[in-house]
Amino acid sequence: MSSLENISLIATYSAMAVYTISFILFAVDLAGRAESMGKPVPTRWLRSAMATLVLGWTIHAFADITRGISAHRVPWANMYEFGLTATLVLVGVFLGLNLWRDVRYVGAFVSGFALLALGIVTVNFYVSVSPLPPALQSYWLVIHVCVAVLGTGFFATGAALSSAQLFQHAREEGKLGGRSWRFLSAFPASDALEALAYRILVIGFVFWTFTVMAGAIWAERAWGRYWGWDTKEVWSFIIWVLFAGYIHARATRGWRGRPAAVLSLVGFTAVVFNFTIVNLFFKGLHVYSGL
Amino acid sequence: MTEFDSPDAPRKNRVSAPIRGAKLGPVEFLRFAWRLLTSMRTAIILLVLVAIAAIPGSIVPQRSSDPNGVSNLYSSDPDLAKLYDQFQLFDTFTSVWFSSIYLLLFVSLIGCIIPRIIHHWGVLRAAPAEAPSSWGRLTERRLEPATGGIVASLDRAERALRAKRYRVLRDGDSIAAEFGYLRETGNLVFHVALVGILATLALASGFGWNGQRVLVEGQTFTNQLSSYDTFHPGAWFAESNLQPYGLTLNSFTPTYVHDDVKDAWMPVDFTADMTVTDSTGIHDATLKVNDPLVAGGSSIYLLGNGFAPVITVTNGAGDVVFDQPVVFLSQDSNLTSVGVVKIPDGIGDGLGMQGFFYPSAVKLDSGALASNSPEPTNPTVTFNVYTGDLGLDSGASANAFQLPIDTLKQIAGRHTGVEVVLTPGDTFTLPDGLGTVTFSSLSRFVGIEIRHDATQLGVALSAFFLVAGLLAALATRRRRVWVRVSGTARNPKLEWGAMSRGDDPQLDATVNALVASARQGPNDKVATV
Ligand code: HEM
Repeated sequence: MSSLENISLIATYSAMAVYTISFILFAVDLAGRAESMGKPVPTRWLRSAMATLVLGWTIHAFADITRGISAHRVPWANMYEFGLTATLVLVGVFLGLNLWRDVRYVGAFVSGFALLALGIVTVNFYVSVSPLPPALQSYWLVIHVCVAVLGTGFFATGAALSSAQLFQHAREEGKLGGRSWRFLSAFPASDALEALAYRILVIGFVFWTFTVMAGAIWAERAWGRYWGWDTKEVWSFIIWVLFAGYIHARATRGWRGRPAAVLSLVGFTAVVFNFTIVNLFFKGLHVYSGL
Repeated sequence: MTEFDSPDAPRKNRVSAPIRGAKLGPVEFLRFAWRLLTSMRTAIILLVLVAIAAIPGSIVPQRSSDPNGVSNLYSSDPDLAKLYDQFQLFDTFTSVWFSSIYLLLFVSLIGCIIPRIIHHWGVLRAAPAEAPSSWGRLTERRLEPATGGIVASLDRAERALRAKRYRVLRDGDSIAAEFGYLRETGNLVFHVALVGILATLALASGFGWNGQRVLVEGQTFTNQLSSYDTFHPGAWFAESNLQPYGLTLNSFTPTYVHDDVKDAWMPVDFTADMTVTDSTGIHDATLKVNDPLVAGGSSIYLLGNGFAPVITVTNGAGDVVFDQPVVFLSQDSNLTSVGVVKIPDGIGDGLGMQGFFYPSAVKLDSGALASNSPEPTNPTVTFNVYTGDLGLDSGASANAFQLPIDTLKQIAGRHTGVEVVLTPGDTFTLPDGLGTVTFSSLSRFVGIEIRHDATQLGVALSAFFLVAGLLAALATRRRRVWVRVSGTARNPKLEWGAMSRGDDPQLDATVNALVASARQGPNDKVATV
């Protein structure tokens, strides 16, 4: 293992440590809002939570870049690297969105999810740098995976908002009372959450459309056909169709609100499934987990 | 925001028509069924169903992408395989159930977009909608002094709107303006492009074909049906579709590096050095993974490679009965490979040899051979030799990589006490004066696929429009703005009102910018949103 590769791994673990702190701070903030009855304003912990998240993200970015440098290529050619980059983009998307709208209230979800995903890929799927097999040597690897990662980042943030929406909805109907749910009063109303989730998921959908298309072009060059219902292709298709269903649900009376949010979560479950179970246990041409 | 559409607009949120029990006549029933099928609710359900129906295609091996998986299941669990076959699970994406779902979805889609296209065509050529009677229900309202007189300020408002590419109708003292027709246009282009993809697949795939061929170094492939090892013609294929050309494999060069962590060899490059002979002449060409060659209107892909030891066999009389490269299929990353030699005539009752090839053979402690690298540093072939009827004349299609060893008699090789272990140049003398086997030299082979896909162009064009439509639709907001005069004759005012379809957090800022630009006249630079 080269020393740079080692540094990258150490940085990954450091980023995870900082994310843990950030997650705790986000959680403390939410709990604090629940405590301060009737005053659902962010607590002072929120600023520290965001600051720690930015710090963690910087270390994470450093880990990702050094991994790429030590491999002499883009750092997303196996499951570990894909996970490393995808979580980086996920947190980046979340931070970026905050410049546009204040969505810090889902910070606990995003930092927790990033921490979990990063932990799982690092502990279970870590492989040291190895050269790319000929089928992966293509600039389509850069394009295809880049847009896939971006799409995943938007889908994950959208899923965070959709789940918040579902909880908020239940609370608005009086189904979630009590102290433990009081923090939800710090969240926007469910229809505002839904509108925001929709805009983010639609961007995810556009990126996913590009992912499928870039994948098809690459498959044509590498395998001689642009679409062959390989397991990964099947699941990319399923994800695409599910989010198309979500978009329609959002535009249909009687499907807005809860059913649409459920569809969005089903779609995100398919995204996670596609990356984990399909990569590890399903047979197909996309054997790139590197394990 | 339902009031956005005129009453005759195709209703997106159309719920099924009221069911009137037994009084439903046949025509009404058809109309009811059609409305149900083309409703948004049906579209959502069908989309979810398509997603669910695709799942078996990723779990059960598919004939189209994994025929070996299918035959493996047939040999390991024939009952389950038969059950799967009954439900067409091996052909998920051409199955009756999958096809019916997506065909219904596309019927629904077409039924949905045709009325929308007709309606949108009308909207595109119509004037902007009139202001609603209840001004108070508009999302945004502004009251501005009509500086410089009513006409001048209306003029400025009109110019400001036109500068922002609104379609404007000025009717006396009022202005109606509309923006964002591109939203619906893009949406319709997107949905029509989906139909375009399906139509291309339905119409053009019959014109495609593909074939596979194994080519050993030095061999030439000529593009005619008999040259293919396997060939899959589309429904409308004719042999005259094959344009004449020749393809020679001069050499094949793989490059490997050793991964010290995994202690394994990894391929980093496969390069086939070829010569193409076609009507334009003779040219050299390189074929690589991810870099297909184009010849004779079709694409040529490098899909596999391996070793092909040249084996020479003579019979008891000394006549050469077999002398050719034998393709060995690799079994692992160090290219331990298996191959079979079948010589039905000219030697004994027929001779079959089951071979193992090790590019860099080393002896394990157990005495067995293994290969410790994919490079041919110590190429070695071992054979199990059999005599008997190879069953080639019976007409049954025999697998080229299998010998019917149960009915043959083993005369040399493993477990016979006479090992056949050959390095290049070695000759083994068969028992009973049957003849000799020589490992003459070593070549490599490549597996190529030649494919003509008539759907590519249509699908690529549709995909382009799909993306363009999607981006245009999602980036556009449909907005309506009205301006009217109010206030007193002494103190005239312009009243602005605006609304958007769907939620539009930017509407407030947009109206502010319009009002500001109308205040100053659009020719002055105004910060706009
Ligand atoms: C093949 C299946 C379909 C797919 C993949 C699909 C996909 C999409 C996508 C991605 C959008 C959002 C993009 C845009 O607004 O332009 C959309 C919007 C829409 N689709 Fe479809 N669609 C399908 C079938 C249908 C059908 C059958 C209908 C009619 C019943 C329909 C009606 C609509 C409508 C009305 C919108 C606009 C929604 C809005 O205003 O936000 N689609 N569709």
